[in-house]
Amino acid sequence: MTFTDYTVGEPIADTKAPAGPIAERWDTRRFQAKLVNPANRRGHRIIVVGTGLAGGSAGATLAEQGYQVVQFCYQDSPRRAHSIAAQGGINAAKNYRNDGDSVHRLFYDTVKGGDFRARESNVHRLAQISVEIIDQCVAQGVPFAREYGGLLDTRSFGGVQVSRTFYARGQTGQQLLLGAYQALSRQIAAGNVEMHPRTEMLDLIVVDGRARGIVARDLVTGRISTHYADAVVLATGGYGNVFYLSTNAMNSNATAVWRAHRRGAWFANPCFTQIHPTCIPRTGDHQSKLTLMSESLRNDGRIWVPKAKGDTRPADEIPEDERDYYLERIYPSFGNLVPRDIASRAAKNVCDEGRGVGPGGQGVYLDFADAIRRMGRAKVEEKYGNLFDMYERITAENPYEVPMRIYPAVHYTMGGLWVDYDLQTTVPGLFAIGEANFSDHGANRLGASALMQGLADGYFVLPATINDYLARHPHSDPVTDDHPAVREVLAETEDRLHLLLAVDGDRTPDSFHRELGEVMWEFCGMARTEAGLRKALRRIPEIREEFWRRIKVPGTGEEFNQSLEKANRIVDYLELAELMCLDALHREESCGGHFREESQTPDGEAARRDEEFSYAAAWEFPGSGGRPPGEHGTPDGAAPVLHREALTFEYVHPTQRSYA
Amino acid sequence: MALATKSGRNTARPPAAAPTRGFWASTIGKKTVMAASGLIMLAYLVAHVTGNLKVFFGPEEFNGYGHWLRVMGAPVLHHQWGLWIARIVLLTAVVAHAVSAYQLSRRDIKARPTAYVHRRKGASYATRTMRWGGVVLGLFIVWHVLDLTTGTVHAGGFEEGRPYQNVIDTFSTWYGNVIYIVAMLAVGLHVRHGFWSAAQTLGIGNARRERALTFLANALALVLTAGFIAVPVGVMTGVVS
Amino acid sequence: MRLNLRVWRQKNGDAEGAMATYRVDGISPDMSFLEMLDTLNEELILRGEDPVAFDHDCREGICGACSLVINGDAHGPERTTSCQLHMRSFRDGDTIDVEPWRAAAFPVVKDLVVDRSAFDRIIQAGGYVSVPTGSAPEAHATPVPKADADHAFEHAECIGCGACVAACPNGSAMLFTSAKVNHLGVLPQGAPERESRVLDMVAQMDAEGFGGCTLTGECATACPKGIPLPSIAAMNKEWLRARRKAGRS
Repeated sequence: MTFTDYTVGEPIADTKAPAGPIAERWDTRRFQAKLVNPANRRGHRIIVVGTGLAGGSAGATLAEQGYQVVQFCYQDSPRRAHSIAAQGGINAAKNYRNDGDSVHRLFYDTVKGGDFRARESNVHRLAQISVEIIDQCVAQGVPFAREYGGLLDTRSFGGVQVSRTFYARGQTGQQLLLGAYQALSRQIAAGNVEMHPRTEMLDLIVVDGRARGIVARDLVTGRISTHYADAVVLATGGYGNVFYLSTNAMNSNATAVWRAHRRGAWFANPCFTQIHPTCIPRTGDHQSKLTLMSESLRNDGRIWVPKAKGDTRPADEIPEDERDYYLERIYPSFGNLVPRDIASRAAKNVCDEGRGVGPGGQGVYLDFADAIRRMGRAKVEEKYGNLFDMYERITAENPYEVPMRIYPAVHYTMGGLWVDYDLQTTVPGLFAIGEANFSDHGANRLGASALMQGLADGYFVLPATINDYLARHPHSDPVTDDHPAVREVLAETEDRLHLLLAVDGDRTPDSFHRELGEVMWEFCGMARTEAGLRKALRRIPEIREEFWRRIKVPGTGEEFNQSLEKANRIVDYLELAELMCLDALHREESCGGHFREESQTPDGEAARRDEEFSYAAAWEFPGSGGRPPGEHGTPDGAAPVLHREALTFEYVHPTQRSYA
Repeated sequence: MALATKSGRNTARPPAAAPTRGFWASTIGKKTVMAASGLIMLAYLVAHVTGNLKVFFGPEEFNGYGHWLRVMGAPVLHHQWGLWIARIVLLTAVVAHAVSAYQLSRRDIKARPTAYVHRRKGASYATRTMRWGGVVLGLFIVWHVLDLTTGTVHAGGFEEGRPYQNVIDTFSTWYGNVIYIVAMLAVGLHVRHGFWSAAQTLGIGNARRERALTFLANALALVLTAGFIAVPVGVMTGVVS
Repeated sequence: MRLNLRVWRQKNGDAEGAMATYRVDGISPDMSFLEMLDTLNEELILRGEDPVAFDHDCREGICGACSLVINGDAHGPERTTSCQLHMRSFRDGDTIDVEPWRAAAFPVVKDLVVDRSAFDRIIQAGGYVSVPTGSAPEAHATPVPKADADHAFEHAECIGCGACVAACPNGSAMLFTSAKVNHLGVLPQGAPERESRVLDMVAQMDAEGFGGCTLTGECATACPKGIPLPSIAAMNKEWLRARRKAGRS
């Protein structure tokens, strides 16, 4: 059974964004959206899965509004969601610098940065809300960096020419997340949020076509439980861990979104993954994850490789005229600040030419010697001290003395569940926010925009739009475990876990994950070809078949069992990976993070093909609604169905991106 | 697979007790009592050592000082009232210090019921010194009062109103010297961590004052220990006789 | 490298636990401590044994999940998190003891995993600014002196890992609690709830069964984020101030 084919279904369109001038659409929508009487909100239960920036802020805000929130996270505390690891900063069109920034410019930069594969209405709303986010976070006590006058400091970030990024040293994500966590904690204490830590969502319950609950597993006791609500919000992050090595947390996973996909939520642009250019190179096969170094380092660091191939001299012995500052050479106006996809691919190219540095030649230098000469070591230390320390701890090299070595790594997934302007998926009552949806970044996300989107969705967008859905469905019939749809989902979940434990093969979960990751990195990574993707589409079902034959999961399901958790997540990676490759195969153009070698300009830049591909690809799972356990891949003869959402650009006219 | 069919709140471990804002119920409140009573005793010790050093100026001056303690505050206060007020304050301080220390220690031991298999050297040095040092000092105070205030366990003939001779008697026995010197070393260690610790508890400590406070704590500990030990050393060497 | 590991094994919260000895071989000095444990677990799985359970997630020193006492030190010999500790800090042939955080308020869940939900409840008691979404004034309406903002940041860096409690001979959570009290207390945004925050957080901290502070300084030495010991004195001051104000009103 192969997965390399697909059928084309009806086009899809967002029907929620109002017409009219783009700057007024969000106000219009908020006015049009029906409201729920404050007295009636207490009667509505909303499930929120995930407690990162999007989930944490949404849970807190919905509870403040009076809804009964039931929230889940797999971590032992909602404070540990992986948003915490975001380093660089958060964009906002405050124009505090008076450097020509505006909501429109942030909107423009984001659409252009996303290589014209995002929905204009959504992006404009994001830019509008960005200013409110900063106000909200400052009021919560988020200690942003400040100037001596007591006002907020900003810096510039990759891909833009204004200084609109607010930051808290290299720990902006941590500080913003703790702000959301604290707001959520306040609501937990008030009894408005029922929090379930160490509990992982394993499936979605759809009753009469509407999302009505989830199946979850208590990771401590192994208990499987059902939870019901009037709406379900997925804030479960991205699926970068399909690649095994990524900058995601070890336990970040795709189970929630993939299970939702199998229950009818369409999955949009799965091939749009962002490879971040500044990560610490891997040291060996033992590597369990990759560590990002904030992109802000590119503000002052200079990236170079030796001009000569196979030059193994230490960096300080390579004279200036034998170094190739390739980003400054190829992109003179943006230099080291080109968008992430461009910086990553350029690094790959020089390494492929044999000019990479460090063990295995998989690295380029990020050099601060000039910055230290220009600003002095103290100033560099103040700006980047914690990042330098982190680098030294991991590599045992002192970056004040020898240039850092960096290499691209999987970092963020722009794709995700398809949502309309209201952030509702194709399953009524199921919403997806933050990285879990596909909405705002198109084919490439600009630096410091992930935090902005997560918080915009959670604090401001979802709490306004979910009212409309709840107001239109004021009385839901109670669902119980006796409902046939629930019984079916429960049985499937239990059977899957039983099967994982029963195989008792001879390979560890990690060994399969690593193997899948290698296939994905090679064939669906920074550069993709038809031949490679077809090879991957052959390999993945083979790995999956072997997985179900040889997986070994020790222990039982009724206990704290990290191997079982892992194996169950890999089941979903093994299916999602296939859809990613299929999406990459069908999109025969290069755009943003998706580079098809067949589609490039004569000088090796990505060539977009707007006439054919100016759409978001929303994939429908064939025969959504599950299938018997033990049968893997898609049901026989059924291929994923592609629904195209045409993208129209009224305000930012597509041009070939140029950062030269 | 265990299947729970009810959706409900996770059974998180309930807190050990209901939270209360009460002063004495709080660990910080108890620590404050401990710090304040400790500082009262410390002030007393400074006065005490100053008085003790008068022993080097002969029996008249020393006995005269002893007499003054009884008429302290006269003529406003009746005979010995000043002394009794001081005794009551001190007794209260000792009891408050001991009770808070006992309760906190019990709590602390309960909060850490399992020891690490791999023990580190000196991990809880200060805490243990404070606890055992406190017990040693408590016992010493009892002995000290029975020896030189009531004379109950005094070596040789105890005579009220003749403290100079009583002191010489005590420090003419080997065990008197040993008990006293050991106790005074304990005083030094206790004051050293206790003074600094009290400053932190009362919120006086901060990064800027850190060095000054440490210096003061060390200086107090040194002056008190040296001052107190000077007396038995004086008796032993014959400087005081 | 070849190492002898002695690891605390405990089936669940109710079971008895004991140290078990394992040998691991082929360890690279570039591995993180957790990658070394991954190696051990891969072997254990293949041998049909139960792998060692330990909390971990971001593996870049910021989520606060990892929580190992290594040779008696919370997070091991370097001042960092267990995930950022590398095997180059050890020597070939070393015997390494790995234990869970020990404190009554942090009961063991399994092996090296403990329940730190007490920390969440301390934050829930008052570790926030009450500002419902949408009610915030313009960010520049209240300038904050840079020194105060930096001071707040230094305390806000706490990752809630619990190393302070694990290192404290009294199992005290004073450093953790003080970090949040100081973070929010110094900012103008946190001022309106300054008194109730410290009183309620300390009350919750005590109710959770953490010990009192004897200022041994072990917490600050173990803290991977360098929350300083004077933070505790500052919280004491805040608490006494709040008590005085509460007494007056």
